[in-house]
Amino acid sequence: MSVTDLAIDVTGVTKRFDGKTVVDAIDLSVRRGEIYGFLGPNGSGKTTFIRMLCGLLTPDAGTGTCLGYDLLTQQAEIKRHVGYMTQKFSYYEDLSIRENLDFIARIYAVPDRAAAVQHSLERLGLQNRSAQLAGQLSGGWKQRLALAACLIHQPQLLLLDEPTAGVDPKARREFWDEIHQLAANGLTVLITTHYMDEAERCHRLAYIAYGHLLTRGTLEEVLSAAKLTTWTVTGPGLRELAAALRDRDGVEQVVAFGNMLHVSGRDAARLDATIATVRRPEHEWTRIRSGLEDVFISLMGDAKDNFS
Amino acid sequence: MRRFTFHRLWAIVLKEFIQMKRDRVTFGMMVGIPLMQLLMFGFAINSDPRHLPAAVRAADQGPFARTLIQALRTSDYFVLVREAATEDEAQRLLQLGDVQFVINIPEDFSRKLLRGERPSVLIEADATDPAATGPALAAVNALAGTIFNRDLPGPLARLQAKAGPVDFRIHAHYNPENITQYNVVPGLMGVVLTMTMVVITALAITRERERGTMENLLATPVRPFEVMVGKILPYIAVGYIQVSLILLAASFIFHVPMVGSLPLLYAVSLIFIAANLAVGITFSTLAKNQLQAVQMAFFFFLPSILLSGFMFPFRGMPPWAQAVGSCLPNTHFLRIVRGILLKGNGLAEIAPEIWPLLLFLAIAMTIGVKRYRQTLD
Repeated sequence: MSVTDLAIDVTGVTKRFDGKTVVDAIDLSVRRGEIYGFLGPNGSGKTTFIRMLCGLLTPDAGTGTCLGYDLLTQQAEIKRHVGYMTQKFSYYEDLSIRENLDFIARIYAVPDRAAAVQHSLERLGLQNRSAQLAGQLSGGWKQRLALAACLIHQPQLLLLDEPTAGVDPKARREFWDEIHQLAANGLTVLITTHYMDEAERCHRLAYIAYGHLLTRGTLEEVLSAAKLTTWTVTGPGLRELAAALRDRDGVEQVVAFGNMLHVSGRDAARLDATIATVRRPEHEWTRIRSGLEDVFISLMGDAKDNFS
Repeated sequence: MRRFTFHRLWAIVLKEFIQMKRDRVTFGMMVGIPLMQLLMFGFAINSDPRHLPAAVRAADQGPFARTLIQALRTSDYFVLVREAATEDEAQRLLQLGDVQFVINIPEDFSRKLLRGERPSVLIEADATDPAATGPALAAVNALAGTIFNRDLPGPLARLQAKAGPVDFRIHAHYNPENITQYNVVPGLMGVVLTMTMVVITALAITRERERGTMENLLATPVRPFEVMVGKILPYIAVGYIQVSLILLAASFIFHVPMVGSLPLLYAVSLIFIAANLAVGITFSTLAKNQLQAVQMAFFFFLPSILLSGFMFPFRGMPPWAQAVGSCLPNTHFLRIVRGILLKGNGLAEIAPEIWPLLLFLAIAMTIGVKRYRQTLD
């Protein structure tokens, strides 16, 4: 793969705050036109990593390029070609939608600004609300405005930091359709999220916890690399069953999903042996494919063991 | 549920105390501001200013003249700092504000005194601030009756006429009718600009940070310098609107004389406005939230009113308060505005007040830019 095919190509990126390592030697490469999901628990360093990618923070160690520009020396160039959507809505609430877009377009010196603003209003279905103040918009509309604003200078790379937090399912779905449309046209997207259904809509994933990159690859690769075995069980007395299984040999997770328990462990043989001791005829046990959430929680348990 | 309960009230009280404790700057200000007010109102402010600098132009150096000068000196109101040889030199000292009074003793003073002709001593006062000169001039008139009681004993006692042996003539320069508004209205210009300019910029950047819009702004290619200057420029226009409003009111409502050059005043105002905006920017880089920014602005505003010579005569304050006052841009700007409007001062006369403004601007701007750069990363 040639270097130009990579939108993001960094190695050993590290950031410390007050002697605390928040991002620890992360390597990441993202191909152009790819939707890359960046997952991890709160406080795992996702936002810090993204801020380093878009030139808001300078890494303490590491090298690499973003859109072919050097991460350490060409931050100004990076800023010009990257669209960054912050976790918290960060446009001006006392400006109208149109005024916000116009302001951003001016900052980036977008050619034929009026047309660009109009086009972006239309594409995101905001034209009827263009005079409304951003502060009066609901969460979903704010998110649309933020997306429109960070696309107005036609960036080559979109960095989205938890863009769908607090947005209803329908708006989330529409947002993702839009993201896929953009990626189809060649835009690279790096997106952080806590939603597993969203993670599954990414081309590739990375999971980060406590500043470390724990796993990465396509959904299938991540799932098979985890080698996690998961059983579901239904029937009466699940609460007692869960209590009986917890902390037993080979059992790593016991999670209740409505009228069902998920029981997972990485050592299939030990897990099965333990399950055999609690099997009762009124329970129905089924082996299922492990979900992303099961895999990530299992990874996080590991990370805690290593770093606490 | 509508009944008052103590535990709910107490929950709120406890929460407020915890939040108060977390915001150290605000807490510090709550202690610092009353302390500052105590010091300023308690010690610095004096409505009966004494030890005012005066120049003597004595054409008669005789014993009676010396007695007169000695009497003025012991009155505590005058400090004779200069001797002026000519009328021109005396005028210039007044215009520059180096002295508050010039005492003119005529050459035939002793002769006329002995003849009982009530020689006149002309006291010229810089009356731009009537509050500063009033008590001293009142003291002079009280002196007149008793000044020569010891020098004119025995047969000469007849000269201690009821009207007094000396006729003090007072010439109040720049504000002959002692109209307080002539002093206050031009002074307001500095006060209004200090108040609004500092608060407005202190909030401008803090607000961006508090609302989270700063992160977005920094992610764009915009440069720190562009942000700072871009935020300052609109308020310079606002500052000029304020200046113009006050000048219009001064002219048409208060009929303040405008002797000097208005273009010069507008030009110098730019330095003062920029200095205040720079202070605001610096505050906004120090403050963590908008409340702190407002408090810092207030902390700066208080001495700018009380120690600058706006409300109370500058020369009535103790030396430490004068030193603090001299560090504030408003002190120098007040002298410039009053100098230009009331005395007709030109660039040469106001130059000693301009360089402190420039120095202040440079220092405030340096701190502001340095602090701003650091918060980028």
